[in-house]
Amino acid sequence: MTEFFQQLINGLAFGSILALIAIGYTMVYGILRFINFAHGDVFMLGAFAGFYLAPKIATVFPLPSIAGAIAVLIVSMLICAALGVAIERLAYRPLRKRPKLTVLITAIGVSLFIEYAGQFFFGAAPKKFPDILPVLPITKIGGLSLNSNQLIVLAVTLILLVALRFIVMKTKIGTAMRAVSFNPEAAALMGVNTDVVISFTFALGSALAAAAGILWAVNYPSIDPLMGILPGLKAFVAAVLGGIGNLPGAALGGLIIGVTETLVSGYISSTYRDAIAFAVLILILLVRPSGLLGKKEIEKV
Amino acid sequence: MNFRHAKTFLLGAIALGFLASLFADRINPYWLFIFYDIGISIVMAVSLNLINGYTGQFSLGHAGFMAVGAYSSAVITNQFGDLSFLAANGIFAVALLAGGLAAALAGLLVGIPSLRLRGDYLAIVTLGFGEIIRVILQNMDKVGGARGLSVMHGWTNLFWTFGLAAVTVYVVASLVNSTYGRGFIAVRDDEVAAEAMGINTTKYKVTAFVVGAFFAGIAGGLYAHSKQFITPGGFGFMQSIAFVVMVILGGMGNTIGVILAAILLTLLPEGLRMLSGIEHLPGLTAERPLGWIGDTRMIIYSLLLIVLMLTRPQGLFSLKKSSVQK
Amino acid sequence: MSALLQLEKTTIRFGGLTAVSELDLQIGKSELVGLIGPNGAGKTTAFNLITGVYQPTSGEINFDGQSTVGCKPYQITKRGIARTFQNIRLFPSLTVFDNVRAVFHLHLRGDVRHALWRGKGYHAEEKSVADRVLELLEIFQLGRFRDEPAKSLSYGDQRRLEIVRALAAQPKLLLLDEPAAGMNATEKVELTRLIRFIKDKFQISILLVEHDMKLVMEICERIAVLDYGVKIAEGKPDEVRANPKVIAAYLGD
Repeated sequence: MTEFFQQLINGLAFGSILALIAIGYTMVYGILRFINFAHGDVFMLGAFAGFYLAPKIATVFPLPSIAGAIAVLIVSMLICAALGVAIERLAYRPLRKRPKLTVLITAIGVSLFIEYAGQFFFGAAPKKFPDILPVLPITKIGGLSLNSNQLIVLAVTLILLVALRFIVMKTKIGTAMRAVSFNPEAAALMGVNTDVVISFTFALGSALAAAAGILWAVNYPSIDPLMGILPGLKAFVAAVLGGIGNLPGAALGGLIIGVTETLVSGYISSTYRDAIAFAVLILILLVRPSGLLGKKEIEKV
Repeated sequence: MNFRHAKTFLLGAIALGFLASLFADRINPYWLFIFYDIGISIVMAVSLNLINGYTGQFSLGHAGFMAVGAYSSAVITNQFGDLSFLAANGIFAVALLAGGLAAALAGLLVGIPSLRLRGDYLAIVTLGFGEIIRVILQNMDKVGGARGLSVMHGWTNLFWTFGLAAVTVYVVASLVNSTYGRGFIAVRDDEVAAEAMGINTTKYKVTAFVVGAFFAGIAGGLYAHSKQFITPGGFGFMQSIAFVVMVILGGMGNTIGVILAAILLTLLPEGLRMLSGIEHLPGLTAERPLGWIGDTRMIIYSLLLIVLMLTRPQGLFSLKKSSVQK
Repeated sequence: MSALLQLEKTTIRFGGLTAVSELDLQIGKSELVGLIGPNGAGKTTAFNLITGVYQPTSGEINFDGQSTVGCKPYQITKRGIARTFQNIRLFPSLTVFDNVRAVFHLHLRGDVRHALWRGKGYHAEEKSVADRVLELLEIFQLGRFRDEPAKSLSYGDQRRLEIVRALAAQPKLLLLDEPAAGMNATEKVELTRLIRFIKDKFQISILLVEHDMKLVMEICERIAVLDYGVKIAEGKPDEVRANPKVIAAYLGD
């Protein structure tokens, strides 16, 4: 039983990272109706931003420290937010009225570009992410050993999700986001500047992906330019599972995928773990294509 | 493509492939293998074009079907030792066919969910299928798992590659140019209208997947018996994207364009590699002055893809303004 | 008289909304029936029920003596119901010729194997298909556009092509969904002539959903009126015109 709870906590930590990435997919899909394939790579850039920033930040806040870790987290979120806005501005905006497939292929192109440019500039070999968090003693509750990093992942995710919910539900720009995702033409007619809203959505999603990248690197400190591919795909699956376009759905989907994958690799076979997300995806699309919390759409004839 | 003299084309191409294979030992082996790669790329791109280009589905898992064909055919031919010329080619033919059929079966499995999904959802599901195939192969110890599988016989030759490339082109072009086959394009253009016009859209979509996967399986067999060593990682998501790019570059639903793109994109990395290997250029003093091309060729490749989508989404070889429909 | 199409108490609900309620409707052989009603009355939904896009929640639909409930749209088309769409839905990247030709697969004797083998039988059949397509296009003065992509035609020509494409299915019943939408007065006169011509030439039944009262009154032999999914009147044009319920529905009483 202890073993089970141990796996459950591992799964929740992994799942909350997926949830943070999944939210970026689901927000962009909700507004522009396309899969931002490069989103997983923004996650990777978040980790690398932290990698290169840490020594600079260490001159202000000595690392490892809580304050330093927060500084690394925030600065890398800001950098990735700017990158996300730039990607949308340069690659996606000119294609806004084009067929979906054109945009999808462009997104794949952007993803490849970031990966290969990453290999060129950062080097293809994995790098060791610096220790930015002080290592706290491992707490034992019952037979459970709780790694402080896992607790921090859970806490940071929770804080970010609450902040996100506040932005989306209570602020003016959040209301505009919901309006655009509901009906872009009508929102534009009512005076919502859709370009600003879309840029903001990319900034928000990319910042969350960057946070996920830092949390990931803190937990699994080996980072490389292709590290975003699989978590990116799994997070997308999480978004579909929760019902694409639905924010709580994305978070829920991330947790479910994270826990399922960890449990299956713990109890059944670890070699199949990368196939699980896809099996879940195919199953959910066959049984309930609108996802767990999504609404059903009927095509008008 | 009008395709009036379809059979003449088919027989002519096979005969040429046969003649060329007689002179194969006079061709520099480096080039010979590039020719095999070109033939295999043509089979892959033209068959994918049936699914993505003509039928308007979006498969990102074509390399997965290729893997099924490669492993199936290799497992069969590895049962045999040295054989006479005729026996070897006979067994090879059977193995290629078996690889194609196994991949077609996989195509049927992928085709079924495709009935309910479209666009980017379908893309991600086919990608998922491709990855699942890869993970399954990695876990099959009998075929070497992640370490890969040695293929004993290098039976792929010019006759088989170009003969089968011709057969692929013939089958795809014959299908879509017939009255029956206009249904594929109708499904792409407007599924609801196609269904209302008596077109069984389900059957057309599954047919496209099964036929496309069959030829990807055949290409896999050719690939396995040309490289003589295959790993599950060699048939990943990136490989699928490479074939999708050939279809896009050639122009969706434009067979001749897609063939040209397959040739071009197979030669491009080789060309860039050669350029970057040049030690000295007249007037330039630095060693390996073009070395950066080799290091950045994949960056160039991805940038080309983005620029192409921004400027010519209809492909390089399409005369029409845009053949890609929503 | 045995009706060609018969709807008996056909009902469809979407969640709490009853879009069409207990609709009874009959269309006889070679009859031209109009289906009218205010916006959102359920006319297009009725169309989608007949063509199998939606399945009725309850009730029965019979065509040519057999139920069509549970059939897919393509199966219903094979059995002899063809339609046009309110917002034109041609195959935009196919040529005018191929738009019509694509429908001829319904009448092919050979199948895929024919197309792959490309023998004598295949070429003969393709030739006869081409002849019949051209004949149809000529009847409707679209022959000169045969190699143009459908999307490049003018609005009126696209409407006509959509009707020709439906006729290529050789239906016993043709459903026209607001064919006059977006047309000016001259084009409407032309359309009236065209619908009469189709009925006389091809001897088929036509069900017409239309907004334009004048056009419907002019050509339909019988008219059914829907309001909020319920049939509130049926009869000859003059009877319907005089029916107080109909007047109330249209004036938004």
